[in-house]
Amino acid sequence: MIDQSSSQAPMSEDRPETTRNRPVFSPPTDIYETEDALIVSMEMPGVEPDGVDVTLDKRVLTITGVGQSVEPEGYALSHAEYRAGDYERAFTLSENIDRDGIEAALRDGVLRLTLPKVKPAPAKTISVKAG
Amino acid sequence: MVLYRSGLDPWADPLATLQRIQNEVNRAFGGARPRTAPEFPPLNVWRGENGVIVVAEVPGVTLEDLEITVHQNTLTVRGRREPGVTEDRVTFHRREREFGAFARTLTLPFNVDPDQVRAQAHAGILTIELPRPEAEKPKRIEIRTA
Repeated sequence: MIDQSSSQAPMSEDRPETTRNRPVFSPPTDIYETEDALIVSMEMPGVEPDGVDVTLDKRVLTITGVGQSVEPEGYALSHAEYRAGDYERAFTLSENIDRDGIEAALRDGVLRLTLPKVKPAPAKTISVKAG
Repeated sequence: MVLYRSGLDPWADPLATLQRIQNEVNRAFGGARPRTAPEFPPLNVWRGENGVIVVAEVPGVTLEDLEITVHQNTLTVRGRREPGVTEDRVTFHRREREFGAFARTLTLPFNVDPDQVRAQAHAGILTIELPRPEAEKPKRIEIRTA
């Protein structure tokens, strides 16, 4: 018998399993819109900047983060309220995003993405010449 | 009749008062643990011969936002999570992150010298090292045969 429950991602069932035996969390996220951008702010404690991967494929924005766990040497875990793990979330965007202008910043375990909206083309008046 | 008399102004944080009342009610009716959101920050406690290391997940919180106090064998971590919205006039699509004041208290298995406590925060992980003073370390007792 293999105990499946411990190796499964705690938050989603329809995702393929990861090769690493650690949980994949769906991190709490705020998404808000300003006049000219969409801001995504996501909590991923334990993730270093090089552990974050952000992709925008068509309209699907996928964010993954690989967390580092703190395991002090010579110490044994005696009380645990959280598990270190990885993070993954995907969103379908409705706005038209300027792909080249996307900015990502990771600070104190919070990822902040700025997705600038595509500015609508200014109205153009076409002058009609008399033939 | 239960009197709610604490040092705090009950109107300063009405939710805390409500929480306290709920806790009292829960305690009165069978003592079942209320299913509330887990406390923030979640703590992992590591024990070793030389002391205890407390590790907490504190995304978005820096050491400057934290107040860590040690009194005898009690460790208290207080702080505030500030929303990072700097722009005015925003429309929220999703609001899942939580903000506001938090406090956790932990009782340690030994008294700690506050001057020996070291804390660091990196990538949203807070690590507090609480070394065990020499006088508090367990002593091995030699057993001699008479």
